[in-house]
Amino acid sequence: MDIALSKEERAFAEEMRTFFHTQIPAEIRGRGARGEHVGRDEYVTTQQILNQHDLAVPHWPLAWGGKDWTPIQRHLYNDEMLLAHVPPPLAFNVHMVGPVIATFGSEEQKQRFLPPTANLDIWWCQGFSEPNAGSDLASLKTGAVRDGDHYVVNGQKTWTTLAQYADWIFCLVRTDPAAKKQRGISFLLIDMASPGVTVRPIQLIDGGYEVNEVFFDNVLVPADQLVGQENAGWDYAKFLLGNERTNVVAVGQTKSRVMRVKRLAAQTQTNGAPLLEDPLFRARLTRLEVELAAIEMSVLRVLDTEGRLGPGKPDPVSSVLKLKGTELQQQATELLVDVLGAGGTGYRRSGEVPAGFAPLPEGALDAMPTYFNWRKASIYSGSNEVQRTIIAKAILGF
Amino acid sequence: MQLQLTDEQRMLAETVKSLLDKRYDPNTRLELLGSELGFSRELWRQYAELGLLGLTIDERYGGAGMGAAELSVVMEEFGRALVLEPFIATVVLGAQLLSAAGTPEQKSALLPGVAAGETFLALAAAERDARWSRTDIQTTAVQAGDGWALTGEKTAVLGGDVADHVLVTAKLPDGEVGLFIADAAGLRRDSYRQQDGLGAADLLFDSTPAELLGDPVETGTQLEQVVDIAMAMLGWEAVGAMDRMLWLTVDYLKTRVQFGHPIAVFQALQFRAADMYVSLEQGRSMAMMARLALSDDDAAARRRAVQAAKILIDASARHVGQEAVQLHGGIGMTMEYPVGHYLKRTEVIAKTLADGDLLVSELGAAGGLLPPGS
Repeated sequence: MDIALSKEERAFAEEMRTFFHTQIPAEIRGRGARGEHVGRDEYVTTQQILNQHDLAVPHWPLAWGGKDWTPIQRHLYNDEMLLAHVPPPLAFNVHMVGPVIATFGSEEQKQRFLPPTANLDIWWCQGFSEPNAGSDLASLKTGAVRDGDHYVVNGQKTWTTLAQYADWIFCLVRTDPAAKKQRGISFLLIDMASPGVTVRPIQLIDGGYEVNEVFFDNVLVPADQLVGQENAGWDYAKFLLGNERTNVVAVGQTKSRVMRVKRLAAQTQTNGAPLLEDPLFRARLTRLEVELAAIEMSVLRVLDTEGRLGPGKPDPVSSVLKLKGTELQQQATELLVDVLGAGGTGYRRSGEVPAGFAPLPEGALDAMPTYFNWRKASIYSGSNEVQRTIIAKAILGF
Repeated sequence: MQLQLTDEQRMLAETVKSLLDKRYDPNTRLELLGSELGFSRELWRQYAELGLLGLTIDERYGGAGMGAAELSVVMEEFGRALVLEPFIATVVLGAQLLSAAGTPEQKSALLPGVAAGETFLALAAAERDARWSRTDIQTTAVQAGDGWALTGEKTAVLGGDVADHVLVTAKLPDGEVGLFIADAAGLRRDSYRQQDGLGAADLLFDSTPAELLGDPVETGTQLEQVVDIAMAMLGWEAVGAMDRMLWLTVDYLKTRVQFGHPIAVFQALQFRAADMYVSLEQGRSMAMMARLALSDDDAAARRRAVQAAKILIDASARHVGQEAVQLHGGIGMTMEYPVGHYLKRTEVIAKTLADGDLLVSELGAAGGLLPPGS
């Protein structure tokens, strides 16, 4: 989207691009470019390099490692990072719990948690959803009862992403069962190593284990791990989810997926010509590129407004970002499946083939799993039906 | 990044809006549609007084010397009010092409009249067997004395029904496409209204006298640049129209009572209204991108951005327009209610200068918007 940028902004993007290409190991970025699995170690290594260069948490307060960047600069940082196939800093740390602690936490909590959160010395996971609290998150039931210097936590969280890697979990827990449902919720930080915490992995339709159930059985949590005020957790959660609205689009990621589709389609022959030149395929691809340009411009509009007016009431364009942005992510994964054709239908754990066999085409391992996995995008972070409801309420005025 | 309008641009929008609010209510518009001329000469004079007709004309020729950004602000308001006057033909296409390609004498002769509201222009480029191609044409130009004579038929000439002077593309003897200007008195026209009510004509040239406009070496580029501006401006008009359709629909959902409730309580309708909003805002984003792109020196980048904008906006407008009629129910099908008129206009916009399929095909062949990955 160079067209919309000033000379200074273009120079900033260039600076970021150079940084990512020179400072993040090519081996890690290559895995991302080829759609290979990026594991815990790669995330940690990358985030620690970023943090060494003060680039892990640019949107945090200055005192805690933030940068005095405009929203557009933040976007360019994200965009260039994703275009360079750099595994981004862990969202649970840098976009979720970090800003909550920095904004609502006590001084002790900031000292204790923010530096290791920025450096990914602590891997956080998010304990929000429950079996009976999905879109209707405020109906969550996991309870925390105050007992002296501790809370005693009992209940179950689910869809907990990468809990298998996590050191800590930030949880919404019910501390006042009598209050109106949004008003009796608190924001609690829990060490995953606490006795009584059990993680059970859930296999998703892509075959992988990305999410988990987390059970709490009389888990003792020191009371100084409550963030902010008791029963004010819903406000902090809303603040946290508000931070997601432009990040959740991940335009840079979808762009790099589309670029990969173009590269592979140019190498794929159909009827004696590259698939990229097939009019029908190219039309689908082009329409997706056009929609992607539009969503990127919509992101820039939201950021521009934010830059001028400060983060205010979410406007319905933010819901457009989630709704449309995730649809486009999904369309990009569909195109990759379509490029691979029958070559992507094998369910293989590894790209190794016996001697004498032709190597697998690039994407054979990840095209379909990624497509299946990405069906999640229109479900999480406020399902797209919830987004439509938000938009409808905003425009219909009730 | 400059996405916001300047204060002056906002004031311009406000001025145009307040005039149209007063003078372009749906009933007045219906009366204009039913009139012989099909638009209001008196409003045309008012546009001239407000400086809208000379907005992008150089000050030397009686204009205000402004740019596409100001023009886009006017177009959005015109789209919202569904203006019938031949503004696109005369101001967006005619005056800008004359400004870009004309000699100083040609500009002095015509542009002051355009700015003053006395002269109507039109661009005659399309031919029946060429769809939207501006080069695959049959109309010929041959030298005749000091000037030229044009022979051929042009179709779908927006504003061709009232144009005093017509800018015409024709094949030069060497096979290149040249641009000419002809006095409309010297040609035959078959005038009609488009589906949206705007006037148009097919034009027949039969050794019609014409003057060469500017230098044929340059005119191809100049024409394409003006087409880019015009496609971006049509986009803004469509955004204005979509915006109005959405809010008409929202108002209707909130006031129409069935089964004892305003129908806005039904989630099936809420979701469709929400999707209309998504299409509108995506369209607005692309209109902004096109506006920014017009000041890009790289002609290929500008063309790609404008193509992308028109592809998306036309598709959005079709979605919003169809849904607006559907959510209104029967009343949306009637000529006396405004919403159908907006659908009619946006459908014609989508067929003006190029359509989405053509642009997708062109943009795809040019490599799309993103490079292949590395």
